[in-house]
This record gives sequence, C-alpha cells and structure tokens, in this order.
Amino acid sequence: MIRLSIQLRQALAKLTLPVLIAASFGLMLLGKADALLAERARMALADALAPIYGLVAEPLASLRDVVEDARSLWSMRTENRRLREENDNLRRWQAVALALDAENAALKANLHWIPDPAPSYVTARVVADAGGVYARAVLISTAPGTNLARGQIALDERGLVGRITEIGSRSARVLLLTDMNSRIPVTLENSRARAILVGTNGPRPRLMYWPEGVIPAEGERVVTSAEAGAFPAGLPVGTVHYSAGNVPEVETAARLDRLEVVRIFDYGLGGVLPPEVAAARPVDKPGVRR
Amino acid sequence: MLDAASRQAFPASCAALLLLLLAAPLGLPGQAQLQVASVLACVFFWSVFRPDSMSPPVVFLLGLLADLLGLEPLGATVLTLLAVHGIALRLRRFLVAQGFLLVWLVFVAVAAGAAALEWLLTTLLTFRVLPLAPALFQFGLTAGLYPILAIAFIAAHRGLAAPERA
Repeated sequence: MIRLSIQLRQALAKLTLPVLIAASFGLMLLGKADALLAERARMALADALAPIYGLVAEPLASLRDVVEDARSLWSMRTENRRLREENDNLRRWQAVALALDAENAALKANLHWIPDPAPSYVTARVVADAGGVYARAVLISTAPGTNLARGQIALDERGLVGRITEIGSRSARVLLLTDMNSRIPVTLENSRARAILVGTNGPRPRLMYWPEGVIPAEGERVVTSAEAGAFPAGLPVGTVHYSAGNVPEVETAARLDRLEVVRIFDYGLGGVLPPEVAAARPVDKPGVRR
Repeated sequence: MLDAASRQAFPASCAALLLLLLAAPLGLPGQAQLQVASVLACVFFWSVFRPDSMSPPVVFLLGLLADLLGLEPLGATVLTLLAVHGIALRLRRFLVAQGFLLVWLVFVAVAAGAAALEWLLTTLLTFRVLPLAPALFQFGLTAGLYPILAIAFIAAHRGLAAPERA
C-alpha cells in the first residue's frame, strides 16, 4: 500500500465519485460506438454464469413444481372435467387430422411434391431472464461445441419464441418476439394476408402493415411467413386478439412468461439476421418492412 | 481479520447475489423491475448507513453487473446507481439521525428520480420514446420493496455484518 498524506487521500476520496460518473458516461458512449464490445462482454459474463445457473436450475424447477402441484390440488375436480371434455373434442380432431394427413400424403404422391427437408434442432434449457425493464430476452445454456448461429429459430412446445441474437461458447441469447426490437413476417391463416408482428415489450406483440381490405379476425391463427427468408412458413405464432384500444395484437402460443426448455431449429435460412440489440443501431431493417 | 473483511464485504456481495438470483428464470411477475428495485434499495441503504462498504467503485461495479446481465444500453444503470449513491452521501448526515419512516419517504423520492433517469437514459441511448408504464411500475415496486429489504438490512447492520463485532 502506498503511503499517502491524509489530505491527499481525502482529496482522492472526494474525486472518486465524479470520476466514476464521468466513466459511466464514457461507458455509454463506448456501448453506443462499439456494440460488438458490449455484446462480447455480455456473452463472456453469460458464459461464466451459465454453468452456475444450470446447477441451481434443477432445485428451482422442483421448487416451482411443488408450488404448482399445491395449486393444482385445489382445482383438481373442475380441471378433470374440463380435461375430459377437451379430450373428447381432441379425439374428434385427431380423426379429422389423420384423415387429412392420409389424403395429403396421397395428393403429394400424385403431384411429385418435393418435401421440405427436416430441420435439425437442439434442445436447450433456459437459465436466465436476460432482458431487463426495457428489453425481453432469455439466456439459454448450451454444451460447448454446439453448432448455433445467429438467426436460428427458437420454439417451445407450443410455438415460436424468438431468434438467437448473441452466441457465446456455453450460452446464447434469444431475443423474444415480444421485445421492442423484434419484427417478424407473419401470415394470417384464414385470409392468407401477410403482416408484420411488432414487439412492444408488453406480453402481446402488435400486428402491423396488413394489406388493405383485410381485417384480422379475432381468434384467427397467426403463423410465420417465409417472406424475406428469415423464417420457414407455417410455424405457429399465436392467435389474433383485439386489445381494449381496438388494436389487433397476438396472443402468443408459446408460454413466454414461463419458458423452461426451448428447441433451437436450424432451417438454414440467412435472409434477415435478427434485429440488433438495444445497444446497437435500433433502425428497422428495410428488408423486413413490406 | 477474515471476519472483519467478510463483514465489510457483506453489503456489496448481498447486492450482487440479489442481482444474480433475480436474473434466474423464477417466473416472478415483474422480475426485471424487482431486480432494479432491489439493487437500488441496497445501494441507497448501505450508502446512508455504511458508506465504507458501499464505496463509489463498488457501486460502479454493481451497475456494470446489472447492465451486463440485461440487454439494455450499457452504462444507464451505472449512472443511475452512482447518482443514487451521491444523493445518499449528501443526505446521510441528516438521514442517519432520522426515523425509519422519514428515510423511507426520502427513498421514495430518490426512487422516483432513479426511475425517471433510467427511463430518460434508455430513451436517449436507443433513440426511441419508451412507454412510461414500466418506469412507473419500477418506481412503485422500488418504493414498496424498500421496507422489506431495509428490515433485513437493519438486522444485518446490527448483527451479522456489524464491523465492530468482528
């Protein structure tokens, strides 16, 4: 320890706060000027933390299950009746689906249809909520050497979750479709009209830019569109729901508030890379806005 | 020696642990706001009652950790926390002598300023006007969370982390 006079030490102590405040402004400039540096620092931290989060994920999940079990015990009877009805309903749909599947196979065989290649995928655990007050993203833990790339698509068991924006050696960040920077080309399933799904940081992203003459119907299914080459066509996104302000929003099929495991699909698409993170240029990609 | 060091490091490590814990996918409602709220309360409380353990470099590092854990522009949380720390240091002579309720009231005002500053910085750094609702929610949560954390901290300040007991 270097010996300093008391006066000098007091002067230094008084200077620390202003210097650090100046440094924080410098940090902001640095984050704006060199988005890659910020991204690297974030992924380095995420890589270091991912194994730790992976370790605590198991006890956390079991704790959550216990709470969930206790809650479901209360509503067992009504839940049972609802499930039985739903099961009957689904059985009818299963019969329809099987018939349609067989018919589809027969028609495709007659048409020399070129089948879509089966995409490869990896399954990863969501280990951290990596957004913040003004962003929506999750961190997934991956094994070292997993072949991930920016722009690959994350789905949970019900529907679209988002896209990979940052990759580290042991973790990756998935920008959720509810994030303010997310723009996803979608198709309204009944009218086949194209639209853009715009994230708002709220629980339900907003539908925009649908063609004139088409009105998104309440409850209509929304799927991804292959336009712009960023997504394969037909991944389930959610259903249209009108907000109180009469704005068409999409109730996401994926359970974004309780993501535990996601599948990362590699469709080999590189059309539009995911939007830059908040720290980078927030302009919309011109290719997506149609 | 070791005992004294760990008591000295208790406030900062407690804040860092809270940050890391609240980044885990717990599925709590408003978890992102809760994260910001807890670190703000930590920085304010310890800056007032034990500034030796919550020095400016520590505050800087805590802010950096919070910024790197999230996806918001780098530096916004750092500056907000440093501002809260600075205000707490200014007011500390007055606040130390006051009762719990008044300290809380002052903190409510500080939390409002912090939420506004963070909103403003994020808006400036992302070049877009962000919705105000998350900032208001963050302010409410911060103000409401403080008494719960403060009770635990007061107990720690007098017992577990008291430097004079080492």
